[in-house]
Amino acid sequence: MPKNPNIGHPSIEAHPDLDQWIEISKDERILLHTGKVDIGQRISTALALIVAEELDVDYDRIDVKRTETDVDPNEGFTAGSMSMQHSGKALRMASATARRHMLAIAAEKLEVEAESLEVENGLIQSRETNASITYWELMSEQKFDIPVDESVAVKAPENHTKVGTHVQPKGMTEIVSGRMAYIHDMVLPDMLHARLVRPPHYRAELKSLDDGVVARLAESDVTIVRDGSFLAVASADEYAAVKAAERLANAAEWDLKEGLPTAELFEALTSNERVSLPIAPGGAPVEEPVPALDNPPENAAVTLSARFEKPYHMHGSIAPSAGCAIYKYDKLTVWTHNQGVYPLRAAMAEALDMAIGDIHIAYSPGSGCYGHNGADDAAFDAALIARAIPGQPVLLKWTRDDEHAWEPYGSAMVCELRGSLDADGKVIDWSHESYGDTFMGRPAPGRSGSPAEKLLATHFLEDPLPWPIMPPTMGPHVGVHRNLEPLYNFPEPRLVKNLVRGLPLRASALRTLGAFGNVTALESFVDELAEAGGLSPVEIRLNHLDDEKAKDVIRTLDEKMTAAKAGEADGLGAGIAFSKYKNAAAYCAIGIEVEVNDEAEVLLKRAWIVADAGEVVDPDGLTAQLEGGLIQAASWTLHEQVTFDGGGVTSRDWDSYPIIRFNNIPEVETILMHRPGEPFLGAGEATAGPTGGAITNAIYNAIGLRLRRMPYDPDAIRSAAMN
Amino acid sequence: MSKLKLNVNGETHEINADPDTPLIFVLRSQLKLTGPKLGCGQEQCGACVVLADGEATNSCVRAASEFEGQEIVTIEGLSDGESLSPVQEAFRDEGAAQCGYCTSGIVVATTALLTKNTKPSPEEVHEALHDHLCRCGSHRRVLTAIDRLIGEGA
Repeated sequence: MPKNPNIGHPSIEAHPDLDQWIEISKDERILLHTGKVDIGQRISTALALIVAEELDVDYDRIDVKRTETDVDPNEGFTAGSMSMQHSGKALRMASATARRHMLAIAAEKLEVEAESLEVENGLIQSRETNASITYWELMSEQKFDIPVDESVAVKAPENHTKVGTHVQPKGMTEIVSGRMAYIHDMVLPDMLHARLVRPPHYRAELKSLDDGVVARLAESDVTIVRDGSFLAVASADEYAAVKAAERLANAAEWDLKEGLPTAELFEALTSNERVSLPIAPGGAPVEEPVPALDNPPENAAVTLSARFEKPYHMHGSIAPSAGCAIYKYDKLTVWTHNQGVYPLRAAMAEALDMAIGDIHIAYSPGSGCYGHNGADDAAFDAALIARAIPGQPVLLKWTRDDEHAWEPYGSAMVCELRGSLDADGKVIDWSHESYGDTFMGRPAPGRSGSPAEKLLATHFLEDPLPWPIMPPTMGPHVGVHRNLEPLYNFPEPRLVKNLVRGLPLRASALRTLGAFGNVTALESFVDELAEAGGLSPVEIRLNHLDDEKAKDVIRTLDEKMTAAKAGEADGLGAGIAFSKYKNAAAYCAIGIEVEVNDEAEVLLKRAWIVADAGEVVDPDGLTAQLEGGLIQAASWTLHEQVTFDGGGVTSRDWDSYPIIRFNNIPEVETILMHRPGEPFLGAGEATAGPTGGAITNAIYNAIGLRLRRMPYDPDAIRSAAMN
Repeated sequence: MSKLKLNVNGETHEINADPDTPLIFVLRSQLKLTGPKLGCGQEQCGACVVLADGEATNSCVRAASEFEGQEIVTIEGLSDGESLSPVQEAFRDEGAAQCGYCTSGIVVATTALLTKNTKPSPEEVHEALHDHLCRCGSHRRVLTAIDRLIGEGA
């Protein structure tokens, strides 16, 4: 017997009871429980489709529970394009177990053979006797009280009638009508609104507060919360809190200490103290000396080298982060829009010195976060304020300035590559070294260091915690080295990750971690080699791939772009790029067509996405994720960099941190490979890396300039043209 | 505190507020209309946009008192809660939102644009949405929804 690949599924191992996943709720609906949260990526739509399919219940009758501690499964973070593999697979097994169980009871009740039963929209009916009963009559709000069977038979893909179809996303009507309730819209009895007064930068300390201003604020029903350099105001009236925070900010005097490091960023990335580790086949670092970069092989016909630089990027959530908390009878209840309520609870318990059982955390929607934005920090800020004002709920909102200046950014990176081709155009030597800060700053237990010290406010309390210094992560494709290992069969590539110390800004997980920088650099460099070796971009890629699915997405892209005459019109250029996210998730090939106008602006004309994400559950949701990732990565590539000086972050609003706008959005065509019955391959981050590479290659194709430092704004293009 | 008279979604409301209170706080806190979103508080992102006498207008900076005498419509006022407006329907059908936080402002701005001009050029559409930021990357679907509305002569 071949081993059942479902046995030992992490979510089911942790939560084996069927009742933890599926509830046959009253009012003839089904409630599904999940540890994954919907942050706009439409995971609830995909999960509802899976449950609807296996239970034979209409999609519209499936509700998706928002995750909260002690009630819903602990599936860690909603991150890394893993939700379908975790919750999707778990719920498929749970639903199939539930269906089989209910049919068995129904057969007994109706006195027929279970095999004679059919289900339509929750109505179980016997083909033999026409006797029938619904799921809801059968269960009448009882629990299943059985475990999920990991070896249960699930529907064959050819029998799917719901999975793979286009449905209206969960929550879409509420969104377009303005009735979607976000955490920012919460109202609780006697609730206070809070705002923070932040220091000028990470290292500053509160020296003094003007007593007169403090006294006047206290008279006007504003509560001031101070703990060391953590400073907040709370008031029943939201605008009063806004104004009080402004007045208090003017009354605060800060000791600026030594300020932020001001060394040139990309210089610092390759010269600061660092931990350097080689990456072994499979994509994980090993504790071994870094091999020297030898001279190119003697049979090298072409050898090139290049250095790519990517600045810090922000998550840039449209809603500044928020958190809501009540501290009552020594217990804490928190609402958060973060990506993992259980890890946050563990971090908060440690930071507040409370028992885990005394903290309850529930997810409430925020705006898109794309990784570790300010959500966890804002939840903890709210908890600190609530603890100082026991008994009253506190809704804390960060300002735009708070979010821009204090969120943990996606690290700046440098990628240094060298490659050689032989006379036949085969890559015979390859070296790729990447330099960057950690991407692992989430407050999570089980990772190195204390989870509490990853909560921002802990560094500003009377008894501050030290800033975390993260060790290198050793798993495959985690952190700086995500997608550092190429999928191409280059012989014995020299791959090195450098985790750099002493960098100026706070960094953590931003969509794709190191993969955006790594894929952009390697896919641009592959094009350089192709040109030097007289190969087309498609040829060099196909010549170095064995994986047929990888080749399929590239060939399909090539056919589409050839038919569309991509980049052929006067003044236009086109480029392609490919990656398989983490070398383990979705395959994705991207083509982009650009024009560089007289103002040296890069105009995005058309884009093509070809993706193989394994079995597709919600094709429209998947397409939206791929398109959205492309547009976001185009914005990173063309527009974005977090700026700073010794006095702190200077990207403090949307003027000083510009992002893409409606006037530069390409036409996008997305082609999904159909692979029914194959495993889910996470796709939420698949397009970002190849988008950076394709734009770099398209600009080169259009104007003959190979850009190697983002953002590719008019200054970058003019300066490349001068050189 | 002073008394304000505001016409919002077809009803007149008498409100007590500090005269400098930005409109959005009056809408959200006092009138419980949470469709307009706080995004930047600096008139840079468009999440708070409402209609004021038919013009798409940021509500996060200008004082509520400046809006006295104008007809204010929030996204809640575009439909009756049962059915959706044509713009809302087109956005829903095209899946023109991911997290949805910017959507309210974009739906309102699109409504203002198409009310004045049923056949805007692409440049006019870009101009109308220029100050609306979206981070999830739903732009293409928004533009497709608007193209569809233009095609239907909305």
